[in-house]
Amino acid sequence: MATLQSKLPASLVSRWFLAIAAGLLLCGAAHGQTKNSCLDCHSVLTDNLGVTEEKFSHDIHAQRGLTCASCHGGDANSDDPEVAMGKKAGFKGKITRAQIPQLCGSCHSDPAFMRKYNPSLRTDQLSQYHTSIHGKRLATGDTKVAVCVDCHSVHDIRPPSDQQSTVNPVNIPATCSRCHSDAERMKEYKIPTNQFAEYKKSVHHEALTVRGDLSAPTCVTCHGNHGATPPGASSVAAVCSTCHVFQAQLFDASPHKAAFASAGLPGCVTCHSNHGILHPTDALIGTDDKSVCGQCHTEGDPGFIAANSIRDHLAQLSAAIDRSDQILSKAERSGMEVSQARLDLVQARDTLTKARVTIHSANVARVQQDIQPGLVAAEKDYEAGKEALKERNYRRYGLGLSLIAIGIVLAGLKMYLKQIESGQDSQAT
Amino acid sequence: MGFFRKLRDWLDDRFGWNELLAPLRKKTVPVHRLSHWYFLGGITLFLFVIQVLTGILLLLYYRPGANEAFESVQHIMTRVKFGWLIRSIHSWSANLMVFTAFAHMFSVAFLKSYRKPRELTWLSGMILLFLVLGFGFSGYLLPWNTLAFFATKVGTEITGQVPIIGRPLMIFLRGGEEVTGATLTRFFGFHVAVLPGLATLLIGLHILLVQRFGISVPPKLEAEWLAKPPALREMKFFPNFALRELMAWYVALGVLGALAAIFPWDLGVKADPFVSAPAGIKPEWYFLFMFQTLKVIPSKVFFIDGEVLGVLAFGVAGAVWLLLPFIDTGRARRWVNALAVVALTYIVGMTIYGHFAK
Repeated sequence: MATLQSKLPASLVSRWFLAIAAGLLLCGAAHGQTKNSCLDCHSVLTDNLGVTEEKFSHDIHAQRGLTCASCHGGDANSDDPEVAMGKKAGFKGKITRAQIPQLCGSCHSDPAFMRKYNPSLRTDQLSQYHTSIHGKRLATGDTKVAVCVDCHSVHDIRPPSDQQSTVNPVNIPATCSRCHSDAERMKEYKIPTNQFAEYKKSVHHEALTVRGDLSAPTCVTCHGNHGATPPGASSVAAVCSTCHVFQAQLFDASPHKAAFASAGLPGCVTCHSNHGILHPTDALIGTDDKSVCGQCHTEGDPGFIAANSIRDHLAQLSAAIDRSDQILSKAERSGMEVSQARLDLVQARDTLTKARVTIHSANVARVQQDIQPGLVAAEKDYEAGKEALKERNYRRYGLGLSLIAIGIVLAGLKMYLKQIESGQDSQAT
Repeated sequence: MGFFRKLRDWLDDRFGWNELLAPLRKKTVPVHRLSHWYFLGGITLFLFVIQVLTGILLLLYYRPGANEAFESVQHIMTRVKFGWLIRSIHSWSANLMVFTAFAHMFSVAFLKSYRKPRELTWLSGMILLFLVLGFGFSGYLLPWNTLAFFATKVGTEITGQVPIIGRPLMIFLRGGEEVTGATLTRFFGFHVAVLPGLATLLIGLHILLVQRFGISVPPKLEAEWLAKPPALREMKFFPNFALRELMAWYVALGVLGALAAIFPWDLGVKADPFVSAPAGIKPEWYFLFMFQTLKVIPSKVFFIDGEVLGVLAFGVAGAVWLLLPFIDTGRARRWVNALAVVALTYIVGMTIYGHFAK
């Protein structure tokens, strides 16, 4: 029986063979082993060894062609469990918690390897992890601390951009809280467990979840992610200043900087707290019960006087803006066009925002300097509102007079008609 | 009085003025319990004149163009002496004119004033109503605010649903694929040149026809008066009816002034083509019944696209209504009143529904 090979020219057969072999080699080199026989069995197991194909299909590693053997060793191409999980094939079996960071780091710390998949991905996670409180404790043999899979999940590791990823910005607080809100787990570390509950009340949480602002700070923004460590008292201001630049600059130049340092008080959190940072209001400044200045300053000291003065200035501008807003709203409800005054009022509000930042300088003169243009703008807008209402009244008086004039003409026409028609009737009769 | 008499004599001497006015002196208007409906046409004419006068004044300051239109209207409303009054009267009288034009049309339909020999009067009136709607649609865009921008976008999109000619017509109206500054200048041209020219010609024809055929009497009354001539009651057009019409115009002027002073027409927010349409955007009230109908029609009715079906249905209904004088003959006569009642109820009902629907 003639074979296909015998029917084709020898040179053509050898060329085909070489091309197919080269293609197979290239595929193997690009993606490693493409077959994943492990799932044939593990997908039907229901205990800790079970990993469904559906779950693994969401894993970024599976999507990039890696298989179980990439981490666990063995031969994923073999259908024989003895061979696939044999020593000869380099099978590692279950990876202990202590081994996990090193195992993940074997690829993620290799820039040349990672470049093939994601050139922009950092490769310092393992070295950062070693500096973190988690890494340091793991090195001492505490395997209860967080390792890579505790945050990133295992067998369905999704990229942070995936909304279902445990390390997506929106999910990070809940991920950290899985351990840090567990009082039993945290008992031996003697650290509080109310951070997540506090954070949920904060302005940052609101920005993240209500306004959908993915740049809003989560746990890792302040504590770091792979190098997670509580910022010390001395570095709190530096952490906050990564976003609140102007407030930090003003604070650094203020008398509070040295005073806080000498008292061992961490900068920002002394007044604003840490995890449960509420939206700051003008009530924070001043010396009454709701304010924070009164916690250190006592009646008669210069800081006490300055705090009250700054509060008064802010209240003055706030009241001026409210007054203008009310009169402009009244004019608008009357149908008057006051859009230009409305625009100017936005500038007055901007001035108030600026002054609220300037209070971090604890300098009354500077706050007053910022308030002044806002007061002028608010007064101008109030006058514009008054003018609009005056114009409205003028229009209504004008309307009243016009309607009287129209009424007189109508009455005159009616009388004239009556006169004509009575004449016509008498002519007809 | 001496001056006016001399002027009349001067005109009579040259143009035969008295001879020209003679038909007016002889002209009479029937008097019956429905006579007050006769004022609606005159009031619509008065509002059109107000539109022309205030429109000319607005033209002194209005600048067409996407970068200037809104600011120029804002300038008119805030800086120009009595600019707010002129613009508010222009906008309010436009809306009142649409209302009185519709009311006039339905009064003519119910009084059956379109019957022979007044078929052309009806036709010219109907075309005038379409022109009035065209005035409203084109003028609405001119302040270039958000509501106007998106209403025009939706309105021209609906035009695009008309089979075969729809898309070219939409591109012609928009001056391109999208509503842009080109649409604004185009609409401005229609609003201040094309439509006024056509409307003036048609109004002239309409009034001429009304003068030629006189004022119609409802059929029942006409039969009664023919059977019993002494029962006929009428008044002289001039000065009796004309003075009453003048009084109606004064009332309309008072209403316009009050609306403009108490509810100055809103300016809105400048249109931004790059933002998404505000939620619940709706056209002007006089297009609401059509808009709401298109909204409630399912997206597919059998194999036909719902919107296309709606547009076609309105086209057919409009054509039937336009040809009413030619349909209202023989057996069909009894159905015409029912048709008018259905049309009026549908328009009012869908407008109210559209107003409250989300």
